[in-house]
Amino acid sequence: MGKTSIRFHDLTLGYDRHPAVHHLDGSIEQGSMTAIVGPNGGGKSTLLKAIAGALTPLDGRIETHQRLAWLPQSADIDRSFPITVFDLVAMGLIPSRGLLGRIGRKDSAAIEHALDAVGLNGFEDRIIGTLSGGQMQRILFARLLLQDAPILLLDEPLTALDSATATDLVALISQWHAQGRTILAVLHDMDLVARIFPHTLLLAREPIAWGKTSDVLTPAHLQAARQMVEAYDPFADYCARVA
Amino acid sequence: MLYDLVLAPFADFGFMRRALVGVIALALGAGPIGIFLMLRRMSLMGDAMAHAILPGAAIGYLLGGLSLGFMTAGGLVAGFAVALLAGALARVTVLREDATLASFYLLSLAGGVVLLSVKGSNLDLLHVLFGSVLALDDATLVLLVSASSISLIVLALIFRPLVLECVDPVFLASVNGHGGRVHLMFLGLLTLNLVAGFHALGTLLAVGLMMLPAVAARFWCRGIGTLIVTATGIGMLSGLIGILLSYHSGLPTGPSIILTAGVFYAGSILFGPQGGLLLSLFPRSHLRG
Repeated sequence: MGKTSIRFHDLTLGYDRHPAVHHLDGSIEQGSMTAIVGPNGGGKSTLLKAIAGALTPLDGRIETHQRLAWLPQSADIDRSFPITVFDLVAMGLIPSRGLLGRIGRKDSAAIEHALDAVGLNGFEDRIIGTLSGGQMQRILFARLLLQDAPILLLDEPLTALDSATATDLVALISQWHAQGRTILAVLHDMDLVARIFPHTLLLAREPIAWGKTSDVLTPAHLQAARQMVEAYDPFADYCARVA
Repeated sequence: MLYDLVLAPFADFGFMRRALVGVIALALGAGPIGIFLMLRRMSLMGDAMAHAILPGAAIGYLLGGLSLGFMTAGGLVAGFAVALLAGALARVTVLREDATLASFYLLSLAGGVVLLSVKGSNLDLLHVLFGSVLALDDATLVLLVSASSISLIVLALIFRPLVLECVDPVFLASVNGHGGRVHLMFLGLLTLNLVAGFHALGTLLAVGLMMLPAVAARFWCRGIGTLIVTATGIGMLSGLIGILLSYHSGLPTGPSIILTAGVFYAGSILFGPQGGLLLSLFPRSHLRG
């Protein structure tokens, strides 16, 4: 423990030169479990996107020291495409097997096992278009399981799920944490964050507070976060705070 | 009786056998490509690209006359260029890709006909627009069969990333940076098949053997594998029946093939078990669980 998993160097992220995350510095330890909370538009998803490498920083940089798996918010999946649950979950093997690798008996067993773990035993041959939202999210968790990445980026993984599904998925997340994986999750359920997540980053365009969850989730910090999300300013000046 | 109707034409005439081999080769490549076009909501893209081949083939014709090599090369270059240009324009301008494609294909059609008229006769124009299934020579047959062989081999190689790029492009990009390249390869295969189809069915109908079987197959099955097999089968049957229909009735061959595929399409809409009209008119009672 104590080794760095992800490090931010004066990181500024945004779209079309307008920053959504401003001057973020700091690091995330290997094996830590951090919740990212904050108001809508505070840059939480943008941060995960950038860590995953899908967004180039406007300024500063991100160091990642391990392979990562990213579950985007309401993943951009074409649910009408006629592919089976088995095949979708099997895509989690691409990092280890490559795009052409054969899926052998051991891999099939791993896929079955992943489906078992998310409670969808027997769904292998279902077409994804026939699944409910909660079942789909379980499938994506099964795919994450197979990706077997040391860093997991979860963007609102529990949004719009019933309590049974949410409980199951939270149990999986805790299990991943226990296995020593680094977890970064965007969440809105403060009770859950307080209960499960040792660390929290409160983000409202700028990091308001970052550290032990009990120190971060104070009324004063939350109030400050609410005020930080300024309206989008089309005539914004150059940012003067250049490091 | 059945012999006279189905087998005799092929037993008696070499050009009928060639036509049959030609359309079967076309259907083999067009089946899977049509399915992917449909699933990627690019049905109209195929149409637009088929038209885009025309000016390329016309320039080839101006340079080399009715030569297989010149017209094929021209068509390939023009088709691929238009696909790339439309994609690029859609990215850098406010117009969506469909609007750009619609403009391109109108211009291509007009430009192609003008180019052909500079040197050619009306007969040549008809040949280019509607093809000549019954006049396939050896070289053209080799081209058609090569095109479908290449398509099947390349499709087998890129099948997984192609499916993944349709279902979950963000995931593909996050685990493997080759998403864009897969799309380009698919566009290349599409162009290749359209150019092959153009020799047999003409630029206007080449896309018919791609789209109609694919759309018809959607009413019969759901999985991507079965869809591809069904579409290919419907394409081959349409080719066989269309050629025979044209032989016995004297109707033009290309349109006969496409119309036969149209009959399969209409039948599938009516009787298909996956969302066909009859089933939705007379729904079966629901299951217990």
